[in-house]
Amino acid sequence: MSSASVKKSAVEILDDEDFKSLHSQKNTISIILTILELVLYFGFIALIAFNKPFLAQKLSPGGATTIGIPIAVMTIVISWVLTAIYIFWANSKYDVLVKKIKEKLIGG
Amino acid sequence: MPQQAAQTMIGQANPTAIMFFVAFVLSTLAITYWAAKRTRTTKDFYAAGRNITGFQNGLALAGDYMSAASFLGIAGIVSTKGYDGLIYSVGWLVGWPIIMFLISEPLRNLGKYTFADVVSYRLNARPIRAAAAAGSLAVVITYLVAQMVGAGTLIKLMFGLPFELAIVITGALMISYVLFGGMIATTWVQIIKACLLLGGATLLVILTLAQFGFSYGELFSQAEKMYTAKFLEPGGLVTNPVDAFSLGLALMFGTAGLPHILMRFFTVPDAKAARKSVFYATAFIGYFYILTVTIGFGAAVLVTQKVIMGIDKGGNMAGPLLAEALGGNLFLGFLSAVAFATILAVVSGLTLAGASAFSHDLFVGVIRRGQASEKDEVKVAKIATVGLGATAILLGILFKGQNVAFLVGLTFAIAASANFPALLMSIVWKKFTTYGAVSSIYTGLAISVVLLILSPTVWVDIVHKSEKEAVEKQVKGIEDGVKAKIAEIEKQKAPGLDAAKLAEIDASIAAEKTASEPQIKEAKSKMPQPIFPLKNPGIYSMAAAFLMGILVSLMAPDKEAEAKFAGEKVREYIGIGAED
Repeated sequence: MSSASVKKSAVEILDDEDFKSLHSQKNTISIILTILELVLYFGFIALIAFNKPFLAQKLSPGGATTIGIPIAVMTIVISWVLTAIYIFWANSKYDVLVKKIKEKLIGG
Repeated sequence: MPQQAAQTMIGQANPTAIMFFVAFVLSTLAITYWAAKRTRTTKDFYAAGRNITGFQNGLALAGDYMSAASFLGIAGIVSTKGYDGLIYSVGWLVGWPIIMFLISEPLRNLGKYTFADVVSYRLNARPIRAAAAAGSLAVVITYLVAQMVGAGTLIKLMFGLPFELAIVITGALMISYVLFGGMIATTWVQIIKACLLLGGATLLVILTLAQFGFSYGELFSQAEKMYTAKFLEPGGLVTNPVDAFSLGLALMFGTAGLPHILMRFFTVPDAKAARKSVFYATAFIGYFYILTVTIGFGAAVLVTQKVIMGIDKGGNMAGPLLAEALGGNLFLGFLSAVAFATILAVVSGLTLAGASAFSHDLFVGVIRRGQASEKDEVKVAKIATVGLGATAILLGILFKGQNVAFLVGLTFAIAASANFPALLMSIVWKKFTTYGAVSSIYTGLAISVVLLILSPTVWVDIVHKSEKEAVEKQVKGIEDGVKAKIAEIEKQKAPGLDAAKLAEIDASIAAEKTASEPQIKEAKSKMPQPIFPLKNPGIYSMAAAFLMGILVSLMAPDKEAEAKFAGEKVREYIGIGAED
């Protein structure tokens, strides 16, 4: 439970400009990244379902590696990069705003 | 194929493997002893005192998620099916970013020990805890049985131990970790296992790539030479796009509904650490799948499919065989012990999650209406641990020799349909009500179970197994008969025959084929048909759970819950009042 007493009620906090900005930024970034992840994975599945010949193309003439292999690996890597983007945003923006709001409500 | 089995130590009591395994067991039991002294309160037992760092929790999450089935199974599918195995492995990772973007911080900020804490935050706790416990236990028990049966089979293959003994050893160790060491011991077992598994797989990949001059291109060239270009192209895995989409949904959102994964978010000190742990977990798991796929291709080339499938038709021994080929008995022993440790760690995490659904949600939340001393709660959790462990051992033995692969699909379908929709709606939707949550959970649970039973995987492959096999046998009989006849006719093709005669022979071959077609068609028409066409029900069961939650909430609004949403939102976003 909260150790410090909060100076404002929850409803008042919701009206706070900083909280509003935090709320909308966090939702926007979460939704965008979730959609990107969905497009990434289901795009990959759609390629397999509807365009197998594309994935079966050779990466270089004479080589054996098909385009499908790096695409599958990139799906994994990009998923992780998306989490990195979120972390980067959260560490630089989200945490700062949370700290600011908390100070205003409790500490400040 | 006995002559091939003789070349490998797999399937025999392997002293090196046993030595490594005993070392693992002794060190984890020592940790359990150390953890037992630090496990006093409910917070210690369920959440390791919330003292786990983001990095440690990332490793532990990866440890919870990387099962022996994925390590041995994916390497096996890749070695036997090539590119299709790679497609399969991608699906297992994509749920992690979703966890991070949608639920990691709210979960940590709103919850205490189980995800039911979050769902019931501003709603009527009793019915929700009962429903959430049903969802959690359904996931835990199906997954536990799948892991146990897999464990018995794999341990028998690797160590030559009898199936039942393997299950009893696994069950006894998992109960000890959870019973005495709670979340602290379970977390450290996961961390050690994750390090061993990642280390062992990395070493195996380095040894493999060394055979190809550290060039993936060279590895794939050799694979193509041995198994044709088809091996590196998508094959028959995705034939029905709707089915693939449905499975994809279940994998993606099911990960975010697995109670043993969700529970880990309460072991870190704050939301920042929770978020960080998903970042590390995603990195470890993604890296692990890339390693596993490499091991699969390496085994196909260096061990060959013939040898791999000679030992186990499903290809599960591809990784261990590759280790034996490249690092001898010592490496095989090490990797076998790591696989055993992997199984143990996963079932321990599941048991702890199941026990907390019993004690925290059912006992305290439902039976005692939220009023119970910490001492009583821990006691019930411990009794539940023993009960669940015993159930897992019994069910594991009962399901011996059964095809349990469908249980993994069921686990993810239930997690995605019963647990995830209610969790997400409770976090984001102001108008979500108690009845909405309860009906969403039970709908998701019931529909995923019923549809899976009616699906091809259970209805055709298990319920109507004998009919299916009879039809297959009949079809094969007709085909073999035709083949024999054709072979007989082909014999007339002596060299020097004139073209007219050759054409006549070809025509009679074609006639034989045409004559057999209606017969085959008729035989196939008796094939048992599934009542529900898809292999995975995710698309329907998830949609039904969301729809039910929304409709019921809108039909009977709950003003009190709506009023409390402001408080929930503040705590969700800035963590004021979060459990510390």
